[in-house]
Amino acid sequence: MEKKKKSKVVSYNKWGIIFLLPFAITYLIFQLIPLLSTIFYSFFEYYDDGLDVVGPRFIFLENYASLFSSGDIFVYTKNTLIMWVLGFVPQILVSLLLGAWFSDPRMRLKFSGFFKTVIYLPNLIMASAFSMLFFTLFSNSGPVNSILLQAGVINEAYTFLDHEWSARGLVAFMNFLMWFGNTTILLMAGMMGIDPALFEAAEVDGATSTQVFKKITLPLLRPILVYVMITSLIGGLQMFDVPQILTKGTGNPQMGKELTTMTLIMYLNRHLSVSKNYGVAGALSVILFIITAILSFIVFRISVPKEGGKKHAPVQDE
Amino acid sequence: MRQYKTSKGLGIHVRRFIAYVVLSLLSFLCLFWFYVLFINATRSNANLSKGFTPLPGGYFAENWKSMVEGTLPIFNGMLNSFIIAACSCVLCTYFSTMTAYAIHAYEFKAKKFIFTFILMVMTIPTQVTALGFIRLVDSIGLMNNFIPLIVPSIAAPVTFFYMKQYMESALPLAFVEAARIDGSSEFNTFNSIVIPMMKPAIAVQAIFTFVSSWNNYFTPALILVDNEKLQTLPIMIARLRSADWLKFDMGQVYMLIAFSIFPVIVVYLCLSRFIVQGVALGGVKG
Repeated sequence: MEKKKKSKVVSYNKWGIIFLLPFAITYLIFQLIPLLSTIFYSFFEYYDDGLDVVGPRFIFLENYASLFSSGDIFVYTKNTLIMWVLGFVPQILVSLLLGAWFSDPRMRLKFSGFFKTVIYLPNLIMASAFSMLFFTLFSNSGPVNSILLQAGVINEAYTFLDHEWSARGLVAFMNFLMWFGNTTILLMAGMMGIDPALFEAAEVDGATSTQVFKKITLPLLRPILVYVMITSLIGGLQMFDVPQILTKGTGNPQMGKELTTMTLIMYLNRHLSVSKNYGVAGALSVILFIITAILSFIVFRISVPKEGGKKHAPVQDE
Repeated sequence: MRQYKTSKGLGIHVRRFIAYVVLSLLSFLCLFWFYVLFINATRSNANLSKGFTPLPGGYFAENWKSMVEGTLPIFNGMLNSFIIAACSCVLCTYFSTMTAYAIHAYEFKAKKFIFTFILMVMTIPTQVTALGFIRLVDSIGLMNNFIPLIVPSIAAPVTFFYMKQYMESALPLAFVEAARIDGSSEFNTFNSIVIPMMKPAIAVQAIFTFVSSWNNYFTPALILVDNEKLQTLPIMIARLRSADWLKFDMGQVYMLIAFSIFPVIVVYLCLSRFIVQGVALGGVKG
């Protein structure tokens, strides 16, 4: 800014603050205050006991102690991570493969617009309706079982939702379907941002496409890969709609057995809306907040190199 | 275009063939479920219990009728979902553009700090503040009200970030300077010059905000607890799941699911090019 214009500039610049106000006020009221009060409640005994409200009574870390000593939180963390890994591993592999194909000019794939449209589609579908659909399709008398029966693959209906690994597998499979298109498009954009001269040089040196992929594409894509992985992990920790609807919020479709598809957010939801134990819900939220804050910080470090204005790696327009 | 030759490794034709096979398989995996949904929504309960057929039946109208006359107020649900999603979408895109403009076009003291702060909280999920959020909403008497589902979308760090990115490439400050020389007020400049120039980004973000609000289940289920008339589609789907579904007419159940899913599919197919490009452009979404 030039000095002689300073007073004018300052009077303009007060508008920057005015334009920021709606965001700042809304953020303060609906996110910052709730976050602080969540932390506050986590130190109190505070729950609905039938018609009575017990508390709030300050008990400091007892909610945390009871969360850890009951051990449920470890089981649900394990469940959440297992289902995330089961979905994420095929997701990243398939996305890398498709991204490489879509961005490779030598492939000249026909219908790539159609394929991109189709693979992105499940991402926009209402997760609750999608899992209700899977619930009906994979039920005992549902179409998947009848197709398998008609084809002679199985002799009697397989109860997908009663078995630990098929239930987890279904959740992971749905997560895979909903997110691999999104990841493909991100990775593809990243790959198209790589300097074509590098590929041409490798070409001249007689590198095979596998070598090019391993020695050029993957190393240059690393920041985006890490970014995709951590944001996916943050998303995975929020896993809720799919297992909640699929298992009717029980964590297992057949009541009474071990809860093998119960996720952390389902556990939180249970404290919030079923048992109404706000103290424990607060403690659980704080733990989740700390984990996501650490992960977010890593994302922040990757995606905002120094100047603050640039995003992760060179993502370009198509 | 230059013709490349691969001397080593798989030939380009083989690789292309493999690519087509894999892509077709994945497309099948994505579409198969919706195809079955469509078929089953057109069949009667009795017919459905006999097993799967690949061809549609003639019960579409009957299933539609039993869904309309059923116990779940499904049209109400759709209307509620629509009102919430449409309002959130307008507020979110308008105010995110405004916030991005504040950071992009002006210089003030705390600017750098605020920008860094927004980027840092961008990936913090709403679920971890849900407890404080519902206690707050309860204490100001807004339970069973759309307001706590709509107004918070004014502060959307992800949309803000997208808008900021877009402004860097598509909003030269010379335009703003020119407007100032013409005596346009800052607020007027924002509305009549910045907003029109940001239209492509606003459109992309409008779609994403609308869809994510339309699909949202966690927060509405905590806010719209008592009043059935105010519930949104995902809450109704969850109620359908909790009901003793074996007694349900399965044709009707499929019709209900189709009714919640197909509007988004139709809109998506119309705007897909746009959306796919928007994802690639934004980098951050999800």
